[in-house]
Amino acid sequence: MIYLLCFVLFCIGLYCILVKKNLIKIIIGISIIDYSLYLFLILIGYRMQGRAPIHSPVQRIENMVDPLPQALVLTAIVIGLAVLALLISIAVRLYDKYGTFDITKIRKLKG
Amino acid sequence: MDFVTLQEAVQLYPLLIFMILAAVVAVETKDLLSSVIAVGAAGLGLSVAFLILKAPDLAITQLVVEILCLILLIRATIKRDIPSLNRGTDYARLISALIFVLIFLSFGYFALRELPPFGKPYLKVATEYLNQGLSKTGAANLVTSVILDFRGYDTLGEATVLFTAVMGVIVVLRKIGRIKK
Amino acid sequence: MKEPEQGMTLIVKVITRLTVGFILLFGIYIVLHGHLSPGGGFAGGVIVALSFIHLILAYGGKFAFKKLDQIKASFLENIGAIMFLTIALLGIIGGFFFLNFLNKGEPFHLASAGIIPFCNIAICLKVGAGLFLIFIALTLFKIGEKKR
Repeated sequence: MIYLLCFVLFCIGLYCILVKKNLIKIIIGISIIDYSLYLFLILIGYRMQGRAPIHSPVQRIENMVDPLPQALVLTAIVIGLAVLALLISIAVRLYDKYGTFDITKIRKLKG
Repeated sequence: MDFVTLQEAVQLYPLLIFMILAAVVAVETKDLLSSVIAVGAAGLGLSVAFLILKAPDLAITQLVVEILCLILLIRATIKRDIPSLNRGTDYARLISALIFVLIFLSFGYFALRELPPFGKPYLKVATEYLNQGLSKTGAANLVTSVILDFRGYDTLGEATVLFTAVMGVIVVLRKIGRIKK
Repeated sequence: MKEPEQGMTLIVKVITRLTVGFILLFGIYIVLHGHLSPGGGFAGGVIVALSFIHLILAYGGKFAFKKLDQIKASFLENIGAIMFLTIALLGIIGGFFFLNFLNKGEPFHLASAGIIPFCNIAICLKVGAGLFLIFIALTLFKIGEKKR
């Protein structure tokens, strides 16, 4: 059930990419899809009544959650930020050239 | 269906519904600046969800990255004159997108039933990491030991992607070598 | 007469002067304790970059570039990348790529875990300088400011 809510978030982002015509809205849709994927991977690795995967010098901690999806998502977050910055810079340059963010008006390939 | 104990249900379901509402607001608002701020709200909700799901490393990283995202997006939208967004809706595009999303959601529903239920993951590789991570690497934080010791190639690839992205941004935005008008 | 001041109002400048050192210190703490507590190179690097971005937003570019300008930032990013690759290549001495060749040390102390703190410092330099470069490329290159 909680996976399905995560999937609904993904579909909102997909709808935004497919329907909207503004470049900033498309970047926002990509970012929402990123969020849903991070949440989905972490939800798969969660254990019931789990603890954070950090050892303590005082006591021995049982029932840790899975550290592998957390490590993968940690790299994915920074890559998402880099991709977002690249998309924003391309959008800013397109605005500089055409004076609009609307993708239906950006048609000329040259000049 | 999967069984969720009361504590996680009370904490997680309102957060997810809040994130979905923030995403809907971000998609459907006319003003670009409010849309960007709504995306920031969704990201902060994701950060709190990471904290509930016992991933404090990710909570710190997501919080900080979200602030930087917000600064960059506001920088991209502010001082730009925004044309009116509603110039007649394209119904063919809307209907085809909705049909595609519905097909995707139904396939996802059938695929998600095959996953392990929430709270009981398969721990194959992770058992090795959990049992021997401290003695093999000496790092108390197991996530750091996974990203920098067991799976260092991932981090090397990530550094390459970041380097390429920085180069791309500077090449796209620079002024030297452009044709002056 | 002086030239008109860049940046925001006096209140923002005073608060920035008081807080920006603590933000930088917190970032460095998170990086150095990355193998003992939550955090690590990515989060610490972004916090270090955010402290300089805070300085630029409050004081304007001219003041902040005395602390760290574009040439120094790209130099630091290259240093981070080369340092990470060198640490990985030094493992070949002991056998294979990314070998943890240093002494593991005693757990739960600051000097433990072999190469992991050095990798954290390298990634902090790389991520922090890279994101700072992205920010100054988007902010200060003055793209699209003038209307046609």
